[in-house]
Amino acid sequence: MSYDAAIIGGGHNGLVCAAYLAKAGKKVVVLERRHVLGGAAVTEELYPGFKFSVASYVVSLFRPGIIRDLDLPAHGLELLPLETAFTPLQDDMGLCRWVDPERSRREIARFSVRDSEIYPEFGLTMTKMARFAKGVIDSPAPDPASLKPSELLELWRFSDELRNADPESLYMHLKLFTMSSVDFLDQWFESDVLKAPMSVSGIIGTYLGVRSPGTAYVLLHHYMGEIDGAFRSWGYSKGGTGGLSLACASAAEALGAKIRTEAPVDHVLLENGRARGVVLENGDEIRTKTVVSSCDPNLTFLSLVGEENLDADFVTAIKRYKLRGSSGKVNLAVDRLPRFPGRDGSAHLRGDIAIAPGIDYLEHAYDEAKYGDFSSRPYINVVIPSVIDPSLAPPGKHVVSCFVQYAPYHIKEGAEHWPAKREAFGDAVVETLAEYCPGFEESILYRQVLTPWDLEQQFGLTEGNIFQGELSLEQLLFQRPTAGWARYRTPIRNLWMCGSGTHPGGGIMGACGQLAASALLGSGEL
Amino acid sequence: MPIPSPFHSRTSALCHSMLWKDWAGYYAVRYYADCHEPEYFAFRHSAGLLDVTPLFKYEVHGPDAPSFLARIMSRNVAKLKVGRVTYVCWCDDQGKVIDDGTVSRLEKHYYRVTSAEPSMHWFERFRRGYDIQIEDSTTRLGALSLQGPSSRAILEDASDADLGALEFFALTPCRFGHIDGWISRTGYTGDLGYEVWVRSEDAEAVYDAVMEAGRLHAILPAGLDALDVARVEAGFVMNGVDYFSAHHCLIEDRKSSPYELNLGWTVKLDRAPFVGQEALRRELESGSDRRFVGLVIDWDETERLFNSYGLPPELPLSAWRDGRPIYARDRQWIGMATSGAWSPTLKQNLALAQIRSEFAEPGTRLQIEVTAEYRRHTVTATVASLPFFDPPRKRA
Ligand SMILES: Cc1cc2nc3c(=O)[nH]c(=O)nc-3n(C[C@H](O)[C@H](O)[C@H](O)COP(=O)(O)OP(=O)(O)OC[C@H]3O[C@@H](n4cnc5c(N)ncnc54)[C@H](O)[C@@H]3O)c2cc1C
Repeated sequence: MSYDAAIIGGGHNGLVCAAYLAKAGKKVVVLERRHVLGGAAVTEELYPGFKFSVASYVVSLFRPGIIRDLDLPAHGLELLPLETAFTPLQDDMGLCRWVDPERSRREIARFSVRDSEIYPEFGLTMTKMARFAKGVIDSPAPDPASLKPSELLELWRFSDELRNADPESLYMHLKLFTMSSVDFLDQWFESDVLKAPMSVSGIIGTYLGVRSPGTAYVLLHHYMGEIDGAFRSWGYSKGGTGGLSLACASAAEALGAKIRTEAPVDHVLLENGRARGVVLENGDEIRTKTVVSSCDPNLTFLSLVGEENLDADFVTAIKRYKLRGSSGKVNLAVDRLPRFPGRDGSAHLRGDIAIAPGIDYLEHAYDEAKYGDFSSRPYINVVIPSVIDPSLAPPGKHVVSCFVQYAPYHIKEGAEHWPAKREAFGDAVVETLAEYCPGFEESILYRQVLTPWDLEQQFGLTEGNIFQGELSLEQLLFQRPTAGWARYRTPIRNLWMCGSGTHPGGGIMGACGQLAASALLGSGEL
Repeated sequence: MPIPSPFHSRTSALCHSMLWKDWAGYYAVRYYADCHEPEYFAFRHSAGLLDVTPLFKYEVHGPDAPSFLARIMSRNVAKLKVGRVTYVCWCDDQGKVIDDGTVSRLEKHYYRVTSAEPSMHWFERFRRGYDIQIEDSTTRLGALSLQGPSSRAILEDASDADLGALEFFALTPCRFGHIDGWISRTGYTGDLGYEVWVRSEDAEAVYDAVMEAGRLHAILPAGLDALDVARVEAGFVMNGVDYFSAHHCLIEDRKSSPYELNLGWTVKLDRAPFVGQEALRRELESGSDRRFVGLVIDWDETERLFNSYGLPPELPLSAWRDGRPIYARDRQWIGMATSGAWSPTLKQNLALAQIRSEFAEPGTRLQIEVTAEYRRHTVTATVASLPFFDPPRKRA
C-alpha cells in the first residue's frame, strides 16, 4: 500500500488534516503513538464507569466550517453549551454569571452596581473587537516579508479591516495588544470578584501572570468562543473532548483515511534533504510522498527530524520557541456533587467554576511559580461535565475536571523531580477546593494528578505546554512557530506541520489541521 | 430567569393564561385571560391595572440634585416645579439617545427618575463635584399604572388624594388607608391615567385596595400586550423596539438622536451645558437625517391584496415589533417601520417608523412591505402626525 501522506499524531488536528486530504482524494495514513486517538483532546475511562476528558475539557473555537465540511454531527459530534460561570468565595455565596443577562446583572450588582451595568457594554465592545480577530483564525497568517502580490494583498486586507475600524476600536486594539489583562479590565470594572475570573483567560497556558503585559489580547478569545457559527460561549463535547476527536476520526475513515494507533514514529525518513516517509519505532518503514507532523515544533524538528539535518539558524529559532508548560490537571471521580455554601441545586454547576477569588490571589499564585514552585493556592478551573452529560459517570456520581495553574515545568529541583512532588501538588488542589466547598475531599473516589512532566510523558507535549507552545503575542501569526515558517511548510521539502504549534495556535480549533491541509493541497506536492 | 415583583402574589393568582414575559428581569403578564383585547378596551373605556415595577427607579437628592439632573437630561429639570413630572430623554456626547423616562420632583431637593434600562453607572459618571445622593429604588418601590376613563374615580375611592386638582403630569403624596404612597398623573397609554408608587412591603395591600375600589368601575388587571397596542395609538417610542440605546449599538447607524425619535420637544438647548448639547445644537442647525413618524397602512389595498389569494386580510393579533422596510414610490429604501398594531378604536392599521426626513411630511404616500401567503408585497402607507389617538380626557 502506498500513501500520498503520512500524518504523525492522531490528535484532533492530525485527524482533521487527514480528513481534508482524504476528502480531496488523497491516500492518507495517520500514525498515533498511543492506544487511543485524540492527543490532548481525549476521553479515557480511568476508573470503572467514569469517563474523563483527561487533558483538554471544553471546546470553544472549533471551526463551525469544519463541522459542516466533514459532516461531523453524522459522525457523532454533539456540542453542549456551558451555561454558567461560577466564582465561589469562602465567606459568601460568590458570583455566578448566567445566560440570562438580567440574572447576571443582579449577581454582579451584589458586588458593584456600576460593574453590573457596564458588563454588557464590555461584552459588546469585545464582540466588536473579536470580529477582527476571527478573520485571523480562519485564514493563514499573512507573510509580511513576502513581496508576492497575493501576500501583500492579504496583509493589506488584514490591516484594512483595522483601518476601517472607528478610532475607538483602533485604540482598543492597541490596548489589547500591549496591556496586561488586569490593567485592561481595570479600565472597565472595579470589583475584584468580577475581574479575577475574567482576567484568567489571558493567562491560560502561559507562564505569565494576570498583571503581565500582553495578556489582555487573549481575553478576546473568550468572546470568539462560538458554537454553531453564532457568537456564543464555550461548550462540552458529548462523551468528553475525545468525543470530538473520535468524530473527526470517523469522518476521516469514512473518507478513506487509514488510522493506526500504537504506531509511534521513530523518525522522518529523509533522502537528499527530502522527506520520503517515516520509520516507526518497531522499524517498519512507510514510504509516502509527503509527511505531515502534528507534534509540537520541538518534537518534530529536534527529535523526529534531527538537528543534524537542519540549518543551524533554524535550529536556534526552534530552540528559542517558548514551551515552558505552566499548568497541570487533576481529574477526580466523586460520589456526589460538591455543595457550595449559599447555593442549592446544581444550576450553578452546569458551566465552569473558577477558583479565582481575587486579583492578588492570582498574582500570588504566579509569584510562587516564577521561582520554581507550584502554587500552593492555585487558580483552578473546575468543570463537572457529568451534570450535563450523564454518559460520563454512573447515576448520581460525577467526574470533576480541575485545570490548575501554576504548575511550572521547570520546578526548582528540576523537572525530573516532578514525580516525587506529584501527590503534594494533587493535595494542594484538593485542599484549595475544600476551602470553598467544605467536605469536598470526602466525596473523592479516585484521583489522577497530571503534572507538566506527566503531560510531556503521556501526550508528547514538550515541557508539558498545553498549546504546543505558549500563546504569547510574539509566537502568534506569522511568527508561529517561527518567522518565515508560519505556512505549515518546513525547511525540509515534503515535510509539513499541522499541529497547534502552527498558526492560529492551541485549543481545540481544528484550524491548524484544516489550513495545513489546504496549504498542502494547494502546493502541488501531492 | 426572572424574579417576581412585589405584586406577584396578586398578579399570578389572576393570570389564568399563564403567559408571562421577561421585562427587565421581572415576571410580567402578557395578558390575563383569553386575549389582550378586553384589557385594551379597559384602558380605553373603564380602567386597566398594570404592574410597572420593572421600570428602573432612582432617587436623586441633595442640594445639587437640580443642577446635576439638568446636566444629564435633555430638559432643564432644575426648573421643574415641586409636585410636577416631566418626560425626558438623555444622550451621550454625540447627542445619541441612551434612554428615555420621567423625572418627578418630589421635593425641592428630591427627584425620582424612571428609566427603561439600568442607568446607575451613567448617572454616577457625572456625579463628581455635585453634592447629591443617588439610590436605586427599583426593588424598594412597587409601581402600578391605572389607565382609563374610570381611573380617577377608582383612585379617589382607594386613596385620600384630591385627584380633581391633580393636573396632567403632576404628582402628589397620598395615603391608601394608613399606607403612604404617591400618585402621579402619568402613563404610557395616551389616556386618562395614573401611576401609583408604594413601598414594596405595602404593595399587596395597595393592589387589593385598588382592585376593591375598581370593582364598581369595571376594572381589569391588564398586561403588556394591551399596553403595546395603546402605546402605538399614543405614538410613544419604546427603547429596544423603536430605537436602541446608544450603549447597545454595534454600528453607528443604529443610534438615534432625540430629533430623529420625535423627542425634539424634550430638548432645551439654550441653557447651561448638558451632555450632548453641542452635538444636538449642530444637528438642529444642519437638520436631522431621519424622522420618527406615524404611518397609516392603506386598508383597501391590504384587503385587495389578500383577496387576490382568496383570503380575508390577515393581521397579527396583537402589536408587532419585528421591523418592516419602507420604500418610496420608486422602490428606494428610505427607512423602517419598527412597531405597529391594528387600532381597535380607530379601525386603522397603524405603524411607527423611522424614515428619511425628506419623506416625513404628513400626507406623504410611501410603501410598506406586507407578506401575503408567504409572498412579499408592498402596500401604500401614508405618513400621519403623532399621536394617532389623542382624547381630550388625557389632559382633562
Ligand atoms: C491539560 C490540558 C488542558 C487543555 N484544555 C483545553 C481546553 O479546555 N480547551 C481547549 O480548546 N484546549 C485545551 N487544551 C489545548 C488543546 O487540547 C490542544 O491545543 C489541542 O488538543 C492540540 O491538538 P493537536 O492535534 O494540535 O495536538 P495533540 O493533541 O498534542 O496531538 C499530537 C499527537 O501526536 C501524538 N504523538 C506524539 N509523538 C508521536 C510520535 N512520535 N509518533 C506518533 N504520534 C505521536 C500524540 O500522542 C498526540 O496524539 C488543553 C491542553 C492540555 C494539555
